[in-house]
Amino acid sequence: MLQLNNIEVMYDRVILVLKGLSLKVPQGRIVALLGSNGAGKTTTLKAISGLLTAEDGEVTDGSIVFKGEEIHGMEADKIVRKGIFQVMEGRRVFEHLTVEENLLAGAFTRRDRAVVKGDLQLVYEYFPKLKQLRHRTAGYLSGGEQQMLAIGRGLMARPEMMLLDEPSLGLAPLLVQEIFEIIEQINRNEGTTILLVEQNANIALSIAHYGYIMENGRIVLEGTVDKLKRNEDVQEFYLGLSELGQRKSYREVKHYKRRKRWL
Amino acid sequence: MTFFLQLVVTGLVVGAVYAMVALGFVLIYKSSDVINFAQGELLLVGAYTCWTLVAVYHVPFLLAMAVSICVSLFLGIAIERMVLRSFINEPVISVIMATLGLSSAMRGILQVIWSTDTKTFPEIFPSAPVIIGPIAVSRVYLYSLFISLAMLVIFSLFFKYSNMGIAMRATADDQQAALSMGISVKVIFAATWAIAAVVAGIGGILLGNINGVNPSLSHIGLTVLPVAILGGLDSIPGAILGGLFIGVLESLSGGYLDPLLGGGVKEVAPFVVLVLILMIRPYGLFGQEIIERV
Repeated sequence: MLQLNNIEVMYDRVILVLKGLSLKVPQGRIVALLGSNGAGKTTTLKAISGLLTAEDGEVTDGSIVFKGEEIHGMEADKIVRKGIFQVMEGRRVFEHLTVEENLLAGAFTRRDRAVVKGDLQLVYEYFPKLKQLRHRTAGYLSGGEQQMLAIGRGLMARPEMMLLDEPSLGLAPLLVQEIFEIIEQINRNEGTTILLVEQNANIALSIAHYGYIMENGRIVLEGTVDKLKRNEDVQEFYLGLSELGQRKSYREVKHYKRRKRWL
Repeated sequence: MTFFLQLVVTGLVVGAVYAMVALGFVLIYKSSDVINFAQGELLLVGAYTCWTLVAVYHVPFLLAMAVSICVSLFLGIAIERMVLRSFINEPVISVIMATLGLSSAMRGILQVIWSTDTKTFPEIFPSAPVIIGPIAVSRVYLYSLFISLAMLVIFSLFFKYSNMGIAMRATADDQQAALSMGISVKVIFAATWAIAAVVAGIGGILLGNINGVNPSLSHIGLTVLPVAILGGLDSIPGAILGGLFIGVLESLSGGYLDPLLGGGVKEVAPFVVLVLILMIRPYGLFGQEIIERV
């Protein structure tokens, strides 16, 4: 459905952040994009959604194809209309608007106004908490509630594809669990294709079908989730397991530091 | 007592017009953090266009007003498109300087076209005043009050409930996030400037009917700035209440203090109060508080 071919992204015309990155997201699947800080995960998402230009970033090479159409260079609002919606990192709710106004803002590109009302109910079904809070000012919600709102706002646009940027950021583990279950439900019930960027590899791989691992602006490893989970490097560096598949103990101070095989 | 009520009513009328013009300031500030110094000239454009249509071409007043509103609307969009679009991603201070330049340029052009003489509107409203209880109010004032209040209600509802209104407030909150949901910031800015020009235009027409039109009408822009700051530059209800407050204040200080101190208090009073209020509430009376989650 979405295909990135060898894209390069440069910030301020000097800083090369993505160095020839390719990935594919098939329709109806959840694809996880994992990597450490500064690997270029968020940049990849922004390159797709057209939000780079606002930060002096630029896709200098390669192509981004969505449903057979080149979307590289399109304005961000046009890309949303094409059916790609990015839920930005750090929730970014409109603080001074109420919960319901936030959701309606998410539906800005919709033309079928009558259906939008029904979609509000849909969002409230996925996130019953938001229904109770719908007249509250969004800035005063808790972090978990704001993340729900951010995803709900995405649902309101009825996108074919959602780009989720670190939905687990700054949330308690139980809440993370809850939110990821809902993401999985959305994928299953609405058929929304999802590209998920995460640092929390464990949780991301628990719902994804396919995964990519990024380092330094490149994809270094890819595969089905089973294959990734079995990979020893992934276990060591992303899942925090030792070679025997057990949780690593820091009590044994002198442990053998594994080298990444892909470097 | 009658004198007092008379002053209050006059103050409310002028205040309502101030409130409307202040709405223009607030809108532009809210959506782009820019203070538009050309607001006073936008006022003049509306007033002159309407005057020309009514006095020179004898167009019926309401039609003339509608046409002037359209002219203001397109002028607002044109200013955004030609002047401000090129300042996207530039520091706010540059944009503010650009509006200052725009203000001088527009004033110059307007004077070339309409000269600096005062143009008076032909009598549109019957001159016989309406008697309400102990006070007499001229019809121009009543109509002005009515039109401004109507506009204020319309715009408040627009911001609260319409999709465009919500999108505009969303953009004011977080431009990038708004962009990520397909709200085109360019369209929002154009709409903001269009509305700002329209409210200024209407304000100009109403004040022009009361006092006549000449370039000094654009000083209203300067008087309205304290209104906007007083209410909080980013608050729409603040602009409305601030406008009424400053209007009444001006009128009362003009009526009571000017004879005692020999004039001029009327012009100074709003600024004195502004300074006092800002000392106590630096964000203005209703300025948006910064929401901080702890």
